[in-house]
Amino acid sequence: MATIPLPPKAIDSYRPNLVGRHAAGRTWETIFLAATMVGILGLVLLMFNIINNAFGIVAYADKNDYSLFSPVPVEQLADSDLIALLTNELSTGAINKLNTEKALTTRSRSELLSLVYERILERKVVASSTLDQALFARADFEAEALAKNEAAQFVFRSWLSPEFLTEPMSSQALFSGVRTAILGSLLLITLTIAIALPIGTGAAIYLQEYADKSLINQIIETNIYNLAGVPSIVYGMLGLAVFVRALEPLTSGAIFGVTESNGRTVLSAAMTMALLVLPLIIVNAQEALKAVPDSLRQAAYGVGATRWQTIWHHVLPQAIPGILTGSILAVSRAIGETAPLIVVGASTFITADPTGPFSGFTALPIQIYNWTVQPQAEFHNLAGAAILVLLVLLLTLNASAIILRNRLSARRVL
Amino acid sequence: MSNSTLSTTSTMTDSTRLKPLTATTAVDTERTETAIEARHLNIFYGAFKAIHDVSMAVEARKITAIIGPSGCGKSTLLRAFNRMNDFVPTARVEGEISLHGHNLYAASVDPVEVRRRVGMVFQKPNPFPKSIYENIAWAARLNGYRGDMDRLVEDSLRSAALWDEVKDKLKQSGLSLSGGQQQRLCIARTIAIRPEIILMDEPCSALDPIATIKIEELMQELKKQYTIIIVTHNMQQAARVSDRTAMMMLTEDGKRSGTLIEFDDTNVIFTRPKDKRTEDYVSGRFG
Repeated sequence: MATIPLPPKAIDSYRPNLVGRHAAGRTWETIFLAATMVGILGLVLLMFNIINNAFGIVAYADKNDYSLFSPVPVEQLADSDLIALLTNELSTGAINKLNTEKALTTRSRSELLSLVYERILERKVVASSTLDQALFARADFEAEALAKNEAAQFVFRSWLSPEFLTEPMSSQALFSGVRTAILGSLLLITLTIAIALPIGTGAAIYLQEYADKSLINQIIETNIYNLAGVPSIVYGMLGLAVFVRALEPLTSGAIFGVTESNGRTVLSAAMTMALLVLPLIIVNAQEALKAVPDSLRQAAYGVGATRWQTIWHHVLPQAIPGILTGSILAVSRAIGETAPLIVVGASTFITADPTGPFSGFTALPIQIYNWTVQPQAEFHNLAGAAILVLLVLLLTLNASAIILRNRLSARRVL
Repeated sequence: MSNSTLSTTSTMTDSTRLKPLTATTAVDTERTETAIEARHLNIFYGAFKAIHDVSMAVEARKITAIIGPSGCGKSTLLRAFNRMNDFVPTARVEGEISLHGHNLYAASVDPVEVRRRVGMVFQKPNPFPKSIYENIAWAARLNGYRGDMDRLVEDSLRSAALWDEVKDKLKQSGLSLSGGQQQRLCIARTIAIRPEIILMDEPCSALDPIATIKIEELMQELKKQYTIIIVTHNMQQAARVSDRTAMMMLTEDGKRSGTLIEFDDTNVIFTRPKDKRTEDYVSGRFG
């Protein structure tokens, strides 16, 4: 860059060192860019790992040949024949159970076929590959699978499929789904919000708008901030001791006349989760209340409003978008929490949908954890697919927080 | 003249704990009728004494200006008149401020009632983020107004010289108005609840000269009905609008408390002040 000439005879006692200053700036810029890239790389690796697990080739084999039951391959049978086949081969009890879940006659063809594969032909996974194996080492994988079972058939499978979302859990990876876990997670989150949001907002309003700055209040506030950092398993222990055990009559629904459950219910888990996110909600709501300008409060007090009228008519409407956004973000932390759920006793294997706050349940993270610890590769595929579901659920929740905030702020008359 | 304020006051439901104007103990001539009076007022923020021994009687239906250098406690004193300092956790008030002989700081007095009777207009226009109509209606409804709300909104906006500018957009947000209009909306909101006294804390410092002149003209109208106390940094403004001027200054005992050094008719303060410090300040020789 050209230097601008100085006026003649000017005494210049400055050494601007522009080159050096710009160079230092560029160095830091590069370092920050590198830091960003590391972060992005981490995300890319994460996504790759999940997707790599959620898709792949499956080698499967039927334990029982179709010729034992039917003259033609079962795929060629009509729906009514499939139902007849199932009714003949399965016990009456099993058929009744299936019918109570969903009447056989109302099931779709693919659902019936799945049942036939699972219950009659006893189709099992021989081997299962990840996506990179499927793409780059298919021959090796197939040879390996054939060595285990020479009748193995191969199909490319997306483990994330409509059936995966709508089927309950099963011990057979091929027929397993996450419906119970999704419903469990949704119920858990709804209850958590219902418990934590009013309590958290109430506490924030008290601390921000009513409490004076006395020593005791400051200690309380600092401790709430610290609670936000307490490991979730600690909340799990608390939930087990208090909600599952001590409050069992309440959390099992016994005092409401529910008899079939113990304290390990959705309600216990939701109460534990609510405790877990409460500090975050309080802190976020307090920030939202702090952001409401004091001039607004003064305006209201100045025309003779009481403190509560000021809060209810002016402060809260201004703060609500912030409070909701903060709360949803706090709750989305709870969606992914596993440790406290394990401790308060979410079921790892359950095929019945949760029916209400007093039913046993499973949740997506529990399911994922449970599948990841299985030795067979196909369960890792299932875990990958379930993680995708969990991520979508999380993103939906966060996106709804943003949309809600934007709509609420737009609706305010500004 | 006092009866006009009284009659409007009686439409409010919660009006009578502080006695209305007829009960005033002031001397009979209009000239010296006292609207509100501070007696030996000391205000502390924690250990710091912000206001030292201020006594002043504010005359009814006059504009009283409080002037003085920055940090001398003008706003603190002003806010003492409607107990807005209550919201500063460390603030403490000694002495008394009496409205019709009632000490506003007596234990039996509800500060919420005080603020209805002694309204306030702030430095920065702060309309509620609601419609223009609601800005006025909310305060009135809050205080139990039972009359015709449309009428009250119109009257208040007319009194604040804002009606013609906003009559077609009452549903629009108060924040959509210009700064000067917002400030007049705040004044309309204040007079909608018929206070006896209006406190103004540098109401024009955030406004341009034209908006400032409008507010000043409005004040001349308002003083026919209301007692106005205005804090201002602008000495020309004090000279232009006020009837009485209170000159405040920091004490010279090293504690930097604000105190009242001279309080007189405005033309006396600006032409032949008794105190040398006042003379220096109003003639621009201060500091």
